[in-house]
Amino acid sequence: MRITLDEETCIGAGQCVLAAPEVFDQRDSDGIAVLLTETPEEDQRAAVADAAIRCPALAIRITG
Amino acid sequence: MTDTSSLPTTRAFPTARPAGCPFDPAEDYARFRTEESLTRVSCPAGIDAYLLSSYDEVRALLNDPRLSSRAAVSTHVVLDRDLDAPTVPGSILHLDGPAHARLRRMLTPEFTVKRMQALREYVRGLIDERIDAILAKGGPVDLYQEFALPIPSLVICELLGVPYADRDRFQAQSSILVSTDAAPELMAATSQEVQQYIAGLVMTKMAEPADDLLSRLIQRGNESETPLTLEELIVLGLSLLVAGHETTANMIGLSTLALLRNPEQLAALREDPSLAESAVEEMLRYLSIVQFGLLRNATEDIEFGDETIRAGEWLVAALASGNRDESVFPNAEKIDLRRNPTTHLAFGFGAHQCIGQQLARVELQEVFSRLYQRIPTLRLAVPFEEITFKDNALAYGVRGLPVTWDA
Ligand code: HEM
Ligand code: SF4
Repeated sequence: MRITLDEETCIGAGQCVLAAPEVFDQRDSDGIAVLLTETPEEDQRAAVADAAIRCPALAIRITG
Repeated sequence: MTDTSSLPTTRAFPTARPAGCPFDPAEDYARFRTEESLTRVSCPAGIDAYLLSSYDEVRALLNDPRLSSRAAVSTHVVLDRDLDAPTVPGSILHLDGPAHARLRRMLTPEFTVKRMQALREYVRGLIDERIDAILAKGGPVDLYQEFALPIPSLVICELLGVPYADRDRFQAQSSILVSTDAAPELMAATSQEVQQYIAGLVMTKMAEPADDLLSRLIQRGNESETPLTLEELIVLGLSLLVAGHETTANMIGLSTLALLRNPEQLAALREDPSLAESAVEEMLRYLSIVQFGLLRNATEDIEFGDETIRAGEWLVAALASGNRDESVFPNAEKIDLRRNPTTHLAFGFGAHQCIGQQLARVELQEVFSRLYQRIPTLRLAVPFEEITFKDNALAYGVRGLPVTWDA
């Protein structure tokens, strides 16, 4: 699984951090989301999918 | 002139809740959700609008950059409001595109999950203090006045850096501001005082920065290419107060009433406080306190299915209806504290989705895991039928909540 995050559209709502804290974090400086890994383990799939559907800016894409 | 011949029939915007069911949205929504074509409604503010009522429609609409927020949040139900009034600088709710993003990006670092989690201890302490005070006073008490209203406003004081000595007064004034039954003169005078207070606070933080949201906001602005003006800072401070106080207070009051009416759910929460997280999401979904939804305006023609929404048309995203959409939330009319419906629409969706949501979550989670445990015999002190509701307010809730318990 590979994920991408569009920092430009991210509005820093933090939904991804709640959904998948092992994969997403927010930068202290601007609150925008950052990926802790671009290729999370398979056991994170459900959490990442939840993050993607919760993201109010549709900024998270999952491929593979 | 727009050609209206192809428009569907216009119905009245649904505002009345079903008799005897103060927690359910208007019955019309369920019918609108099943209709193929877009629903046209005439709104109390004197405009006609498209009503988007299904979960998918609401999400699609709120994420569409061709829609303007200039008359958000629920201006379609506000009488005598000039819908074309220019947007006030700093009014984050009403700005679009880059002007909105500029303010939003300056505020987001203040509301990260991490930062809000760090406030949890403080919030819990505040809640425990209030419960101690209520227990010491003895029942019956108005839980809305004595508990639901003060907590979110004191939390905002902490966030903004309001000095301790001013907090009681600030809290009292801000509670008048959000009340639905204060006399107009008192309301106007109080509004003036709160505005002046925030203006003074911003100027103090400009002169003597401290470790708080306003000080950091000023600094962040100064480090950017377009520093925040005094006017913008005041409006932002007021926006946080207005958007964060009554909403959270209503959620505390209304959730408590709904749980008291669903004793088996309340018992489950009392016995297992780890349910609080999921319970908060479910109550947000079930109650959808931004009861009339969010108003948007089309800035260009938009194809929606087979239909074209013309530039200039109004649209309403019915959050309360989307949150009861059976195709997403089976048995949507039932409270199920284990459901954990994290994709609900109670905080909106898209670029304006509530910036304070992680703070609201912390406050509500702490209330849900403290109040019912510490006062296990909590019950209404009056018959349910005597509770009155904010039927016309933008944020729905109880007007008061007299409760008592076994001492
Ligand atoms: C349970 C409590 C709350 C509910 C139900 C709620 C609901 C909402 C909704 C639906 C919106 C979107 C408005 C739109 O798109 O037009 C919003 C935006 C906003 N909320 Fe909340 N809110 C709550 C608590 C808070 C708190 C605690 C704060 C801050 C202290 C806050 C500050 C804001 C701000 C500043 C915005 C505007 C964001 C923007 O336009 O980018 N809210 N809220
Ligand atoms: S959920 Fe989306 S908008 Fe929110 S912080 Fe994560 S990526 Fe950004």
